[in-house]
Amino acid sequence: MIRFEGVHKWFGPLHVLNNINLRVKPGEVVVVCGPSGSGKSTLIRTINDLEPINEGKLVVAGMDLSDRKTDINKLRAEIGFVFQQFNLYPHLTVLKNITLAPIKIRKLDRKTAEEQAMALLERVGLAEKRNAHPSQLSGGQQQRVAIARGLAMKPKIMLFDEPTSALDPEMIGEVLQVMKDLAVSGMTMMVVTHEMGFAREVSHRVVFMDHGTVLEEAEPEEFFKNPQHDRAQQFLKQILSPMH
Amino acid sequence: MIGGLDFTVVWKDLPYFFLGRYPKGPLGGVGLTLYLAVVSLFLSFIGGLILGLLSVSRNRLIKWGSSAVIQTIRGMPLLMVIFWMFFLLPSLLGGGMPASWTVITALTLFTSSYMSEIVRAGILGIPKGQTEAAISTGLSHRQAMLHIILPQALRNMIPSFVNQFVSMIKDTSLAFIVGVSELTQVATQMNNRTMLYPTEIFLFIAVIYFILCFAFTELSRWLERRLAYQKAI
Repeated sequence: MIRFEGVHKWFGPLHVLNNINLRVKPGEVVVVCGPSGSGKSTLIRTINDLEPINEGKLVVAGMDLSDRKTDINKLRAEIGFVFQQFNLYPHLTVLKNITLAPIKIRKLDRKTAEEQAMALLERVGLAEKRNAHPSQLSGGQQQRVAIARGLAMKPKIMLFDEPTSALDPEMIGEVLQVMKDLAVSGMTMMVVTHEMGFAREVSHRVVFMDHGTVLEEAEPEEFFKNPQHDRAQQFLKQILSPMH
Repeated sequence: MIGGLDFTVVWKDLPYFFLGRYPKGPLGGVGLTLYLAVVSLFLSFIGGLILGLLSVSRNRLIKWGSSAVIQTIRGMPLLMVIFWMFFLLPSLLGGGMPASWTVITALTLFTSSYMSEIVRAGILGIPKGQTEAAISTGLSHRQAMLHIILPQALRNMIPSFVNQFVSMIKDTSLAFIVGVSELTQVATQMNNRTMLYPTEIFLFIAVIYFILCFAFTELSRWLERRLAYQKAI
């Protein structure tokens, strides 16, 4: 579903992605973790071309991003993206946040789009908030709406870029629960997160990055019990018991 | 008589100050001042929106081209632009353009270039995440601008637009130089005719300009408060 082959990216002199080779199969849930500045956010943002790659080959849902003829808008319509800062549209109601793209891109009529949006809101437990504006919602609620907005395009892949990092601790659970349900339903997912509980319980594979390279790629069980690379060992120690 | 000043000259011809020779003749005075300001503002809004959008274009040629136009006009005194339009436009269009329309064109060009900066700042003031969220759902950059960025940006710009309107009301007074009978021109006429009351006449129109500008400034403050309140909830 997603295939990186020798992908490189530079921000000026900074080599943010260094020879990335990675595959994600349909229905697979992959967690990407690593210290800040390791390139994990950049990695996930290249998948829907929010950050274009400089070198190598990247094929997503059968479309080649390194090919200039690929219709990027069409590709993005097939991929849901959930941001750390939610990025809901503050001037629109919850319902309109969700129905905008299906109406404009999928050409659904308003009624169908709204029915579909209500089903999604039901799924993330926010049906009663349909006419609220984003500023009237808590962070956790906003992020659940953002997930519903991503799902409204019936995407083949859902990408999450640190979806719980901007949330108060008591709201993290509700968002992770929605993501877990989504994973169980068979969605192909790539998640940048520090929530190791989620990685352990839900993901099929953990990718550990540092300094723009993938240092380790393993099943969660193995990654947590027996990390191979000492950078990964150090990272896990810090994140699992930050006081020591 | 107020403090040794004799305002009879003003009271006697009050309708002339406000409407010129209207309805028997063409509109003048305060009426024409507002007419020039409102029409020019409306056109400048459209012009400023177009220039502002071009100046944030992702195409460099368009971006630089529009910036060049904006900077050139901003680098000229308004009076120059008015002269240019007054002498240039009729000869370009083969004559027959009323002076008031050359002034409207000049005001529109001038204010559009200022408005475009307001539009540009308004657009750039919307967080990048908004565009990213929109395009990540498959919307094109144009659709993102139309449905997500502009509605938010325009709302933030409303107070600046009203301020621009206040400047516009004052700028219309320059139209007197090409003989358009707006408020300042009417005052000059009256003064030339009577010769004895320049203080009274110009004091009177100063008060009128002040009232107009003050009213619109207050409107802009009120709008600003209202928008801040709406944002807070």
